[in-house]
Amino acid sequence: MRVWGRGVGCVRGGREVFSRLHFEAASGQALAVTGPNGSGKTSLLRLIAGLLIPATGSIALEGGETELTLPEQAHYLGHRDALKPALSVVENLAFWRDFIGGEAGDTNKSLAAVGLDHAAHLPAAYLSAGQRRRLSLARLLAVKRPIWLLDEPAAALDTAGQSLFAGLMGDHLASGGLIIAATHGPLGIAAKELRIGGAS
Amino acid sequence: MTAQAALIRRDIRIAVRVGGGALIGVLFFLTVVVLMPFAVGPDLALLTRLGPAILWLGALLASLLTLDRLFMADHEDGSLDLIVMSRTPLELACATKALAHWMAAGLPLIVATPVLGLLLNLDTRSTAAVALTLLAGTPSLTFTGMIGAALAVTLHRGGLLLAVLVLPLSIPVLIFGVAASQAAISGLSFGAPFSILCALSLVSFVVGPFAAAASLRHGLD
Repeated sequence: MRVWGRGVGCVRGGREVFSRLHFEAASGQALAVTGPNGSGKTSLLRLIAGLLIPATGSIALEGGETELTLPEQAHYLGHRDALKPALSVVENLAFWRDFIGGEAGDTNKSLAAVGLDHAAHLPAAYLSAGQRRRLSLARLLAVKRPIWLLDEPAAALDTAGQSLFAGLMGDHLASGGLIIAATHGPLGIAAKELRIGGAS
Repeated sequence: MTAQAALIRRDIRIAVRVGGGALIGVLFFLTVVVLMPFAVGPDLALLTRLGPAILWLGALLASLLTLDRLFMADHEDGSLDLIVMSRTPLELACATKALAHWMAAGLPLIVATPVLGLLLNLDTRSTAAVALTLLAGTPSLTFTGMIGAALAVTLHRGGLLLAVLVLPLSIPVLIFGVAASQAAISGLSFGAPFSILCALSLVSFVVGPFAAAASLRHGLD
């Protein structure tokens, strides 16, 4: 499986964010998208996720399930964590597991994997920023998807959380997954770097 | 099917918990209808004549009150992105969300109608007629309102815009809803206006989800 983009350009609100961008990532590879604030890292992830339409160029998926589109085989982890404060931790996770569908796993196991099993019945409103991030990460484990699109995945995570997450990403890559992550810091795993905007 | 069931379960759960919208609509409906007899005065015949119109107007405004949260909440916390990306077609997800919204915010209005009918001096038959027309008509309010909610989703504080967009579309429903109730009360033909009301609902079931999905796709950023 391979995700590639050729000559991708993005225009937001009449302003060109980036243009003629080439990138490629294959199964078992991680691509770290880096660049200064406002250089279009999030926009690139949203383009790949099908949430924005590229102004120029194209993004495509080779391999994978032929009947499904790229976004349908991807997990998107954005700044906003898609959690409902009125629902408990396990209700939030169970909803996304059932709604996203596909190859679904056990919510308790996913919660335990991110170290949130003790808070399963706490309303999500009481979670700290780091715990909310961990709960979002549990979503990636609860439903199996080959492509992970991660926007600042390590933000708000403590050092233990970061190394835990690096381990989870390593497992995902080892099982033939593909990761494209926008990041400022090191991801904690071997990754190709795609630098956009700024001095380059 | 499980994806739709999960979405309905989640939306209803959120609506009935603290801070959810379900109770706000019913309370508003209750307030409007309870205040009306005090405003109109103790003329029982007049109240009976106005009754169906008051109930319908109350239901229309109450359903409008909670509609702007239909997509706004999911847009703000990023859930909408995941819904758009999911394997469930966006049209189906929109229809499911509208159905859940109606079950949480529309059905309680209909349940409250018999109690409020007493306040407006409506007899059992008239109350049943109004409740029946509300049952047939309020889904249409939700499904047409959904189009406005989807258009307003990217505008912050789009609540007023929603009312301006949706109210003209809901006028036919209001006209035939009240006409059918009045017909039942005065013994005229109930069938004709009620059939048109049902037809309006059916049209909105088809048009609403597609229009809402199209505007959500267009408005994503």
